[in-house]
Amino acid sequence: MFAVMSTSDQTPYVIASYVITLGGIGLYVWRLLARARKIAPQVREEDRPWT
Amino acid sequence: MTPTPTPSPGRTAVARPTGTRFTRVLGAAVILGMAWLVLFGLFLSPNDEKQKAGVRILYIHVPTAWLAYLAFIVTGISSAAYLVKRTRSLTWDRIAGASAEIGVLFMGITLVTGSLWGRISWGIFWTWDSRLTTTAFLFVTYIGYLAVRNLGGTHQQRARRSAIIALLAVLEVPLVHFSVKWWRPLHQQESVAEGKLSGLMLFSLFVGLIAFTLLYVWLLLHRQRVLAMEDALDDQGLDVALAERRAEGAQV
Repeated sequence: MFAVMSTSDQTPYVIASYVITLGGIGLYVWRLLARARKIAPQVREEDRPWT
Repeated sequence: MTPTPTPSPGRTAVARPTGTRFTRVLGAAVILGMAWLVLFGLFLSPNDEKQKAGVRILYIHVPTAWLAYLAFIVTGISSAAYLVKRTRSLTWDRIAGASAEIGVLFMGITLVTGSLWGRISWGIFWTWDSRLTTTAFLFVTYIGYLAVRNLGGTHQQRARRSAIIALLAVLEVPLVHFSVKWWRPLHQQESVAEGKLSGLMLFSLFVGLIAFTLLYVWLLLHRQRVLAMEDALDDQGLDVALAERRAEGAQV
């Protein structure tokens, strides 16, 4: 069942899986921090006890 | 999504709105861990005898799947903590919501990387075998959970209804995990538990597991703080609306 492809044929799939994973996480982190930066100035300081 | 009231005068930009010294150190560790994962996963670990280069997908596929399980279990535990009167706090609800969102992200990555690995190993991107089907079902369930969180109402109403759903949804996690034992699907059995990995391969998987665990903690801290700020903004908007109504009433 395994190894229906040669190693060189597998490489694009392997690279794609790393790019999609790191790219997806990067995009999520960027959106999360952008949202935080956008709303933080509108929130009272006592509502941000971690700062 | 939470409506954003107009900025109050005199409030300036906050440099690190959800960051602390701890999250900055943790963030640096995450970047380092991810760099190690790429180094070991793509370059230093050897090809597998049977799966050849395809085995390198394992170092991200397995940790993201495990972390998604963990995220959904944390959602379940936090939801239970909210429902118990003695520990009831909206912080538990926010942790549950944040963890579910991160779990959906990780589960999505698991499905995509699994699909690419399936193309290499089986020659197809998708098949309706028990592991893949139950995983997709889990993914869709938690998307539904996140949708329910955004239905509106008070914070307490949101917390109560989503906590009940989370306690039901978490029951799917063992179903997905044990599906490879119960139904003998096309998906391979547990390689790690059965000791099929050793040496640099096992170490690369370990690096991936550490890196994604640190990332999960970092994301959870930031996401639940953003949720706390969104809730605070909601409350501020409500306070302003009430004050306006009272002022109108006083004028009549």
